[in-house]
Amino acid sequence: MRPNHARHLPWLLYLAPALLVYTVFMAFPLIDSLRLSLFSGNNQATRIFVGLENFKRLFSDPEISTRYWGAFFNTWKFFLVHLVVQNGLGIFFAVLLTHETMKGRHIYQTIIFIPTTFAVLITGYLWKLMLNPVWAGDFLVSIGLPFLKHPYLGDTNTALWAVSLVSCWQWLGIPTMMFVAALRNINIELLEAARLEGAGNVKTFWYIKLPLIKPVVGIIAVLTFVNNFNAFDIVFAMENVNGAPEYSTDLIGTLFYRYGIAGQHPIGIPDAGLGAAIATITFLLLIALVIPTLRKTQRGA
Amino acid sequence: MRVSLRKENRHIVSHIVLLLWTFVVLFPIWTLVINSFKTRLTIYDNPFWIPNTWNFSNYTTVLHNGDFFTYFKNSFLVVSISLVLVTLFASLAGYALARYKSRIATFLYYFFIAGMMIPIKIASIKLLEIVRALGLLNSIYALPPIYVAMGLPVGVFILTTFIKELPEDLYEAAIIDGASSGKIYTMVILPLIRPALATTAIYNLIPFWNDLWFPLIFINDERHKTLLLGVTRLFGQYQTDWSKVLAVLTLSAIPVLALYLAMSSQFIKGVTVGSVKG
Repeated sequence: MRPNHARHLPWLLYLAPALLVYTVFMAFPLIDSLRLSLFSGNNQATRIFVGLENFKRLFSDPEISTRYWGAFFNTWKFFLVHLVVQNGLGIFFAVLLTHETMKGRHIYQTIIFIPTTFAVLITGYLWKLMLNPVWAGDFLVSIGLPFLKHPYLGDTNTALWAVSLVSCWQWLGIPTMMFVAALRNINIELLEAARLEGAGNVKTFWYIKLPLIKPVVGIIAVLTFVNNFNAFDIVFAMENVNGAPEYSTDLIGTLFYRYGIAGQHPIGIPDAGLGAAIATITFLLLIALVIPTLRKTQRGA
Repeated sequence: MRVSLRKENRHIVSHIVLLLWTFVVLFPIWTLVINSFKTRLTIYDNPFWIPNTWNFSNYTTVLHNGDFFTYFKNSFLVVSISLVLVTLFASLAGYALARYKSRIATFLYYFFIAGMMIPIKIASIKLLEIVRALGLLNSIYALPPIYVAMGLPVGVFILTTFIKELPEDLYEAAIIDGASSGKIYTMVILPLIRPALATTAIYNLIPFWNDLWFPLIFINDERHKTLLLGVTRLFGQYQTDWSKVLAVLTLSAIPVLALYLAMSSQFIKGVTVGSVKG
C-alpha cells in the first residue's frame, strides 16, 4: 500500500499549470470583483468598506439609476432579439439543411458561418456604413425605394433594433451549426416511422425533432444569454460607448465600461466600486437564470 | 406518386430561402470589398457596384503605414502564445482528470467546467488591478494569461472527454512496459489527442483573435496595440475616407476568414463542440 500523497501528487502536478492560470486570472478576480462591490475607492490604498452603498447608489441616485435601468432593459431587449430571431432562424435553417435529400448543405453551412469569423468590430463598422442614410440611402432613393431611407442608427426608435439585428447576422452561424449537429444525431428510423404514420414536416418537427434536441436548445439559450448579457463591441463600433442616440443602445456592457473602467465623461475617473456592483448583479442574474435553465433542459441528457 | 416524390426531394422552397440568406450574408461582404477599391469620393457614385477604375492606393497606404504591421504582429504573437499554452495546459489537465479517479478530480473538473458559463469580462475590475500590479499594463503580455484562463474551461472539457474515450488497454500496455505517467503522456497520449488539440485551438482562435475588450482596457501604447484595437484607431484617423476604412477592415478580416475557408468543416466541428454533451 503506497501512501496516499504518492497517489495524488503526480496528478496534481499535471493539473497545476491549468489550475494556477485559471484561478489567478479567472476564479479569483471574479470572486474578488464581487467583494469589491462593497468598497469605494480605486486602489488598495484608498479603498474603504462601504457596505451596500454602491448598490444603493446604483438604484437610488437619480442619474445613475436612470442609466442603469435604461441599460438593463436595453440589454434584455438585445438578448430577446437574439433569442427569437437568431435562434429561430438558426433552427429553421438547420431543419432545412438536415433534410436527408437536401443538396448543397455543405456550401450553405459554410456561407452561413462566414460572418461569425469576423470580429464584431469589423461587422459593426461595415454595417454602420451600410446603414448610413447618406450613402446607402441615396442609392435606395435612386432605385425607387425612398421609404427605406432612414437614419436607422440615429433614431432612438430604431437604433437598438438595428444593432441587435446586425449582431444576429454575425452570430447566426453558431446556433445553426449546433442545431444541425443535434438534428443529424436523431435516429433516422424514428423519422421514418413518423412519416409512415402520416406526420407532416411541421408535426415531425414539433413532436419528434424538437423534444429530442431539447438539451441543445437549452445550451444554446444559455449561451445566447451569457454572451449577449455582456455585449459591448457591437455598440462600441456602431454607436459609441455612450449608447447613442440618447442612451437608446446603452447596454450593461457599455454602462459597465463607462462607470467602472473608463470613467464618466467629463470627470474621467472610473468608479471601481460601482463597476463591481454592476458586475455583481450581472453575475447573480446569470447564476439565477442559467442554473434552472440547464437543470430543466439537461435532464436525461 | 414517383413524380411528386421527386419534386419534393428537390426542396425548391428550401433552396430559395437559403439562397436569400446567402445573399444577405454575401452582399455586405461584397460591398466591403468592392468599395475598398474606390476613392474617398467615388464610393458615393454607385455604392453597390464595382468601381469604374480600380484604385489600389487604399491598400498601399494602409500597408505602408507601419502601425498596421505592428498591430498585426502583436495580435499574431498574443494569439499564438495563448493557443499553445491553452492546448498544452488543457491537455495536461485533461489527462490527469481522465485518469485520476478521486473526489478531488471530480471537484476540479466541475470547477473548470463552470467557467464555460461565466463571462470573464465581469471580472474586469479586478483583472485590471492584477495586471497593473504585475506591471503588465500597456503590454501585450497582459493578454495571454487572460486568454488562457478564458480558453481553459472548454479546453479541459474537450480534452478530458476525449482522453476518457481512449481504450484502457493503451495504458495497460504502456504500464507493463514500465512507462511512467510522463512518458505515457508524451509517447502515447499526445500523438492520439491531436484532433482534440486542434478542436481546442480552433474553438479559441476566433475569440482570441477578435477580442477587443481586454486590449481596449489594458493597452494605450501604440506599439502594443493589437490588430483590432489598432483598427479602432485607424477608423478614427481615416473617418472621413470610408474607402480607406474598408481597406483596413478587409485586411483585418482576411486572416481568420482565409483559415476558415481552408478548413471550414474543422471550424464548424470546433464550434459545435458545446452541443455534444460529455
